[in-house]
Amino acid sequence: MKRRTLCFLLLCWVMALQAKIIVVCASCPIQSVKQAIEQAQDGDVVRIESGVYREGLLLVDKKISISGHNFPVLDGGGKDEILIIHADSVLVEGLEFRNAGRSNLKDLAALRIRRSRHFCIRNNRIFDAYFGIYVERSAQGCISDNQVLGKSEKEATSGNAIHAWYADSLEIVNNYLSGYRDGIYLEFVNHSQVADNLSEGNLRYGLHFMFSNDDEYGCNTFRDNGAGVAVMFSKRIFMFDNLFDHNWGTAAYGLLLKEIYDAHIAGNRFTQNTIGIFLEGATRIEYRHNLFKNNGWAIQMTGGCLDNHFSANDFETNTLDMVVNSRVNNNTFNGNYWSEYAGYDLDRDGTGDVPHRPVKLFSYILNQSPESIVLLRSFFIDLLNYSEKISPVFTPQEVSDQSPLMQSVL
Amino acid sequence: MLKILKYTLFDLLRSRWSYLYFAFYLVFTAALLFLSGDVSKVVVSLMNVILILSPLIATMFGVMYYYNSRDFIELLLAQPLRRTHIFWGQYLGVALSLSVSLLLGIGIPFTFYGIFHAAGLGHFLTLLMDGIILSFIFSGIAFLIALRHENKIKGFGLAILMWLFFAVIYDGLVLMLLIWFRDYPLEATSLGLALFNPIDLSRILILLQLDISALMGYTGAVFQKFLGSQMGMLLSFGALLLWLLFPAWGIRQSALAKDF
Amino acid sequence: MITIRNLHKAFGNVPVLQGIDLEFSKKGTITAILGPNGSGKTTLIKSLLGMVIPGKGLIEINGIDVRGQWEYRAQIDYLPQIARFPDNLTVSELIAMIKDLRNQNADDARFIQLFGLEPYLDKRLGNLSGGTQQKVNLTLAFMYDSPILILDEPSNGLDPVAMLHFRELISEEKQKGKIILITTHIMSLVEEMADEVVFLLDGKVYFHGTVSALKEQQQESSVERAIAAILNVKKKHKPLEKPQPVLIPDKAFSFNIST
Repeated sequence: MKRRTLCFLLLCWVMALQAKIIVVCASCPIQSVKQAIEQAQDGDVVRIESGVYREGLLLVDKKISISGHNFPVLDGGGKDEILIIHADSVLVEGLEFRNAGRSNLKDLAALRIRRSRHFCIRNNRIFDAYFGIYVERSAQGCISDNQVLGKSEKEATSGNAIHAWYADSLEIVNNYLSGYRDGIYLEFVNHSQVADNLSEGNLRYGLHFMFSNDDEYGCNTFRDNGAGVAVMFSKRIFMFDNLFDHNWGTAAYGLLLKEIYDAHIAGNRFTQNTIGIFLEGATRIEYRHNLFKNNGWAIQMTGGCLDNHFSANDFETNTLDMVVNSRVNNNTFNGNYWSEYAGYDLDRDGTGDVPHRPVKLFSYILNQSPESIVLLRSFFIDLLNYSEKISPVFTPQEVSDQSPLMQSVL
Repeated sequence: MLKILKYTLFDLLRSRWSYLYFAFYLVFTAALLFLSGDVSKVVVSLMNVILILSPLIATMFGVMYYYNSRDFIELLLAQPLRRTHIFWGQYLGVALSLSVSLLLGIGIPFTFYGIFHAAGLGHFLTLLMDGIILSFIFSGIAFLIALRHENKIKGFGLAILMWLFFAVIYDGLVLMLLIWFRDYPLEATSLGLALFNPIDLSRILILLQLDISALMGYTGAVFQKFLGSQMGMLLSFGALLLWLLFPAWGIRQSALAKDF
Repeated sequence: MITIRNLHKAFGNVPVLQGIDLEFSKKGTITAILGPNGSGKTTLIKSLLGMVIPGKGLIEINGIDVRGQWEYRAQIDYLPQIARFPDNLTVSELIAMIKDLRNQNADDARFIQLFGLEPYLDKRLGNLSGGTQQKVNLTLAFMYDSPILILDEPSNGLDPVAMLHFRELISEEKQKGKIILITTHIMSLVEEMADEVVFLLDGKVYFHGTVSALKEQQQESSVERAIAAILNVKKKHKPLEKPQPVLIPDKAFSFNIST
């Protein structure tokens, strides 16, 4: 990653030796960005000095760099998109996008990348756009260090901060995304990496995968979104070291997995989410070294979840650790730490001598009658849970951790 | 009334039971804080204990204190004092001494822990307030039961039964009801039922503080409206205050009609 | 002045007082209220103090209907039959407390000295013997100078020396012109001290008059014999329709000294 950037910078420098720099400013010979782009040749740099430029739609169709100095503002006047990139090897940096158009018919974006390879969009600011950055049919691009801020109020009338559709090998790194429908939306996007982003306060999801395979996301923070991350109809997604925090409210999840296969989920922290992970039709998934703390439900597993394997995870002070709604399953729990575990370790091997059964009777009751949540943590419910623990009748026998850890893993 | 209260408090603060009660909370809270250190976790653990124990102890204290001071009450009745003031004074004295034990027993370890600069201050204060209000309500009801039953054994039995009802049986009945009629919309009913049990009310107040409101909102719109807003907090608190008035009113009615 | 008109009281279905009419108006008079167990002596006294709420009838003290009132009790000093105090208070704290509650001038020092309570002042009441507790009780009753003095079984648990002091005290209070009501089972005390006798039987006033009038009426030489005569006559001529239950309202908490 670093090396790639370095190569790119070197390339820029080499090109800069031969390329010319076209400066745009209020007192310069060239005062219009559009004019500058028209005059530029492949390899040239258009340098825009600070100021406000109201020029409507700008189209970049050659291999140039557009570099803002002190964040010049491109003001779209609220009608159309602001910048469309329709060429390979384009760099856009240091710009501020305002007043991009909104439409209920077309997905208008502040910055659109169309059929481009080797593009780089970095260190820009985008305010109150319908879609922030829209990538379509493109590959090998980087989107990094951007701030995309919106003020969306309704899901139906808002777009996504970063939206990618039919793309490959994208790097979406260290962006700040807030106030849109989804922070990052990836549809048919493969072999891509999403890292170090902060996605918070978005209406729907912090990050959303649809029909995307072989991607990874790590070290991101998803906070206060409708739900943290949704991974749907996707395969081989690697999810590591993310923080899913305070995705809190009616039907809010830290992570929603729906119809996905062969994923790895490791080293993530799920704190204060209504539901830590919600699984529906999730198959062949490994969960290791994740922390689930202070969630309403740590895990909710509904129908069609096969081969989910949990080991070395920490379940600490969640209201309910586990809800399993399917009778048949072959999911396993082994060597996790459960703060609820009340067993003992007489042989001192670090694991409890009696298995832990994370599904409580109250989970079952809640399933039958959701209103009984008013009895949460009442003495009577504690008594019920206790008696069920001693002689299980209603809760699935097979959901149990045979070697629960005595100490937390993390 | 204040004078009676003062002397009752004075009397009780010298009783070894008050110290025992205080010491229990002190040791228990200190141990929890020492073992866990996470305020929210400690508050939840303490909640389970306080919601059960403080009504139980208040009930037993209330009944016992009344029966023990039965003759002394006669001495007071012969003095130029209002009847209601004598009984209110004694009741408030009992409730206050329990509250002091609770306040200090829990407060001292938390103060040393540095709760006043920690994040969980609101949770801690709600818990403390709940414990104190429950002490008042249950010692009041116990006092009322004792006042209405001259037979000590009967009074004691009834008081314990009353505690058992609110602490355990009531929730069991609610659960049965919710499961039997689960095909009907019961959101408002289940919330309404909680209003009639001070222990449930206190529990919900703490759960609201612990941010569990969103979790409860998971079930439906009425819950969300009730629990997600200030209204839930205010309504629960208001109902709890009504519960406070009930024993005070009952004591007054019984005291005015009673022969000694 | 105490006026009682048509006073009725029943505990449940059991009538205790059935139309009492009495008037105590002469100052400096000691009236002994006598009667067998269950005749309603204690109930009558407690009605005067407002501890028992009458079913029917009127009680006036110094011209004020006492029902629902409490200020009038400042006019009455009362010695209960038995007294138990909060165990954790000391004697001096108890006295200070009653003084604090009543807010009237009190001469407690004199009685502490008289009954020899000084060594016990800092002791907790729970640790005192019954006799010492009764002395504390007497101190509390006598330390005020109220126009009405009501004593319920004052001689319980008193040693001879204290008894002597007690008799002196009664005479002294009488000299001050107080209305004094005493219930007792010790007839020698009645004979020696009482001016008048009220004899209650089955919740009614059977006799109210001077001691000599009582003896005369029964043609007996002593009060003890006179009373025995009344009870015998009653047994002979008017056998009880049903056995009169011996009932004292606070039975569970007081013990009873039988005649």
